[in-house]
Amino acid sequence: MNNMYTFDTSTLWAALPEIFLLGAIVVVLLLDLFLTKPFKQATYYLMQISLFITGVMAFNLIDQPQTIIFSGSFILDNMASVFKVFMIGSTMVAMVYTRHYLIQHALFRGEYFVLVLLSVLGMMVMVSGYSLLTLYLGLEILSLSLYTLIAIARERAGAVEAALKYFVLGAIASGLLLYGMSMIYGISGSINITDIANFAANADLASRETLILNFGLVFLVIGIAFKLGAVPFHMWVPDVYQGAPTSVTLFLSTVPKVAAVAMLVRILVDGLGAMHAYWADLFMVLAVLSIALGSVVALMQTNIKRLLAYSTISHVGFIMLGFVTGVISGYGAAVFYVFVYILMSLAAFGIVILLNKKGFEADQISDFKGLSKHSPWFALMMLVVMLSMAGVPPFIGFYAKFFILQQVISAGFVTLAVVAVVFAVISAYYYLQIIKSMYFEESDKDITITAPMDMQLVLSINAVLILVVGIFPDFWIKLSLSLF
Amino acid sequence: MDNSLLSLLIWLPIFGGALVIWLGNERANTARWLSVSLSIVVFIMSLSLYTEFDSSTHLMQFEEKASWISQFDVYYHIGVDGISMPLIILTTFSSILVLIAGWEVIQTRPAHYMAAFLMMEGLIIGVFSALDGILFYAFWEASLIPMLLIIGVWGGDNRVYAAIKFFLYTFLGSVFMLVSLIYMYNKGGSFSILDMHNLSLSASEQAWIFWAFFMAFAVKVPMFPVHTWLPDAHVQAPTGGSVILAAIMLKMGGYGFFRFSLPITPDASLEFSEIVIILSLIAIVYIGFVALVQRDMKKLIAYSSISHMGFVTLGVFALFLAYTPGAAEGALLGLEGAMIQMISHGFISAAMFLVVGVLYDRLHSREISTYGGVINSMPKFTGFAVLFAMANAGLPGTSGFVGEFMVILGVMQANIWYAVLAGTTLIVGAAYTLWMVKRVFWGEVTNPAVSTLSDINAREFGILAILAVAVVAMGLYPQPVIDVMHVSIEHLLNQALTSKL
Repeated sequence: MNNMYTFDTSTLWAALPEIFLLGAIVVVLLLDLFLTKPFKQATYYLMQISLFITGVMAFNLIDQPQTIIFSGSFILDNMASVFKVFMIGSTMVAMVYTRHYLIQHALFRGEYFVLVLLSVLGMMVMVSGYSLLTLYLGLEILSLSLYTLIAIARERAGAVEAALKYFVLGAIASGLLLYGMSMIYGISGSINITDIANFAANADLASRETLILNFGLVFLVIGIAFKLGAVPFHMWVPDVYQGAPTSVTLFLSTVPKVAAVAMLVRILVDGLGAMHAYWADLFMVLAVLSIALGSVVALMQTNIKRLLAYSTISHVGFIMLGFVTGVISGYGAAVFYVFVYILMSLAAFGIVILLNKKGFEADQISDFKGLSKHSPWFALMMLVVMLSMAGVPPFIGFYAKFFILQQVISAGFVTLAVVAVVFAVISAYYYLQIIKSMYFEESDKDITITAPMDMQLVLSINAVLILVVGIFPDFWIKLSLSLF
Repeated sequence: MDNSLLSLLIWLPIFGGALVIWLGNERANTARWLSVSLSIVVFIMSLSLYTEFDSSTHLMQFEEKASWISQFDVYYHIGVDGISMPLIILTTFSSILVLIAGWEVIQTRPAHYMAAFLMMEGLIIGVFSALDGILFYAFWEASLIPMLLIIGVWGGDNRVYAAIKFFLYTFLGSVFMLVSLIYMYNKGGSFSILDMHNLSLSASEQAWIFWAFFMAFAVKVPMFPVHTWLPDAHVQAPTGGSVILAAIMLKMGGYGFFRFSLPITPDASLEFSEIVIILSLIAIVYIGFVALVQRDMKKLIAYSSISHMGFVTLGVFALFLAYTPGAAEGALLGLEGAMIQMISHGFISAAMFLVVGVLYDRLHSREISTYGGVINSMPKFTGFAVLFAMANAGLPGTSGFVGEFMVILGVMQANIWYAVLAGTTLIVGAAYTLWMVKRVFWGEVTNPAVSTLSDINAREFGILAILAVAVVAMGLYPQPVIDVMHVSIEHLLNQALTSKL
């Protein structure tokens, strides 16, 4: 490609969703300033509309031939487009759940939605980033918006602490990532993924001259592991999940994982794919530690947000297992797991939010007591979500684990698969605890669902999908595989 | 031949269950009528599996096959042979009894109770008819969910512990099965169980796969030493839950040995058969003695279930010792005895748990010491109870005798000492069952509440009478059941004796 390093306005269409979203953010921000109190709801709808239009634009770019623009630092391919559509869709669902929470807890402010839009923009840049710099910029747009989102509940000490913690640790991780990037740049002479891939493919990886490449790789892996929340870089996850307002936790635990996986794919698979043997070993350790710690430590939690945080850590372990395999179908399995994880996590936090009342944060497992009496439908939905997370068929979570295990075994790591399933059984115990609270125990409190109909409807569809896609998973599996 | 019969048997109860949930607890009576009539319809439909069954072939019948997850060549592939067909009919039969038994007794959330049993019925039929590994696994695991809720929601005081223990035990057992299924898929490129039968595997592969399957099935049977979840689950479960658990869910484990372990890993089965036989004998003898000292009636029956299921595993794995070239009778007797024992235990354990249920509904106690002299106030009921107790003890003329006798005959050709040990069950079994009968039904009335008991009503009489007929019929003339399974069992014996190395 000769024109790769030139700037040509006729290629801007490939970044149309991002450009539109950026414009929309500015408009929404300005409009919000002039909206008086009775019309504040408009910001929410404007945000949903902007997201929707961006999503349609991204959707229309699916199946376009791979295009690299902006001097090789921005890529449009199927993975980018599908990820964007999925992220925007999940964000829209998350925001439906969020609105109820914000009104209940007096956090309904225009900035909230602007920050969400900004973080979506950051994630879209990450997904399409094809140079180390673009990826880093996207990551920072995302992270800074998230820090602020968490701190938006500034009266709550827990939220401020969470924001600060996330900020400090996130800054360290960004620093490590940058450090790794600088080493890669130093040895390869380029920040473009294409050039780095060429360099790594032709380099003699065993020689001393390329040792710096290995160092850079380690720092990059640490940075990515931090963003994913893999053990031992997971310390921030439980505290931030617990401290942040539940609506932010919902968002934080879902959509950014897609972006983090996209960044992982861009840097490690597209860029340093030739070094797979090096990073796969690191990943194996990270994955097993994450699955083990996520499953065991969660056993002792009484706070459901914290519990779900540990559950996320263990899911991340499974996702990383997919990358250990080093084959395209393994990466496909990991991406499928991400899709499934987001579907489940959205529903799980959605139901946590559903139980919120004015001035009452329902974040203890005991708050679920007797839910099956008061709201059999949502208890059933939570049952589905929990069993799906535990990997019980016929729910979608089973196929995600199954796909990963199949790939891991086919790559020859039978022991790894056995370790993973044993911890999956251990983790089933805490999912059962929630089922126990809902079904086997009586409540001393009155649980009334006050959520608006739109949230109840979307939440129901979300949970039913976990069953329906579980019975017909073929399309999603094929889609995930087609991205590589 | 109706080609979608099996699918109907699976999905009719499942969607029926969903419909019953939708009806809700407010319309409990409609829900009850709907569930019971649905289960009767399903039972009648399942009978045509028997009438239209071709017992001259070991091939799968009533087969259906459709692509399900094309990425992994997973098919929605179902069918039955002589091994699974009787178990399906046992399932549809027991489900009716359970639903009728829960008619008045269950007053909290009756519709959900009925729905859980209906869904479980469909899922278990799915387990017995699945011919695709992943489909089998999906049904196998999914059937845990309704049982978990049945124990946890409608169970006794310690139900939470029992429900979670039940779930985790079985879940832990089966994940290893999943790993070995995937392993065989990666090797052979197919999840079809029948293809796995023909997959060639090295000795060490077979050993690993054998133990992985063993974990799954031994927990389910349950075999000593992984049996401890069963007494807890039984004691805490509501009567209906105990009945399904004992009558059908335990059979899923035995069925697994027939369908997976023997044909897929014949050499490993041969190699480790002695270990399994010894574990089975421990279950038969030791657990028999454990049953003797129980004070809780349900616990006693639970332990006696473990002891009786020991005959199933004994009969299956004794075939390797009993077989001598040219004389397959001993091995065949063992295998067929194991099958008969599974079906007969399905009737007897169901009956025994229902008997306890009748008493529990009246006095809300399962302690043997609460009762005494029940015959004085409940003569009709005692008649049934004693019949079932005799069957449980293996009295000739009841179904309990046939299976155990066949297994002992088979084992006799393997090793006379094994047969002697297995034979002790006739004494120990009689001891714990009759002693319980003596303390509960006969003797003086010590508890004044017992004298106020009312005898069984028409509904209870009907259920127990049906079971009594089944127990006696199986005991006097088991030939029809043996006939349908004979060719399949012979084929299985061939598979088990053909080395894959």
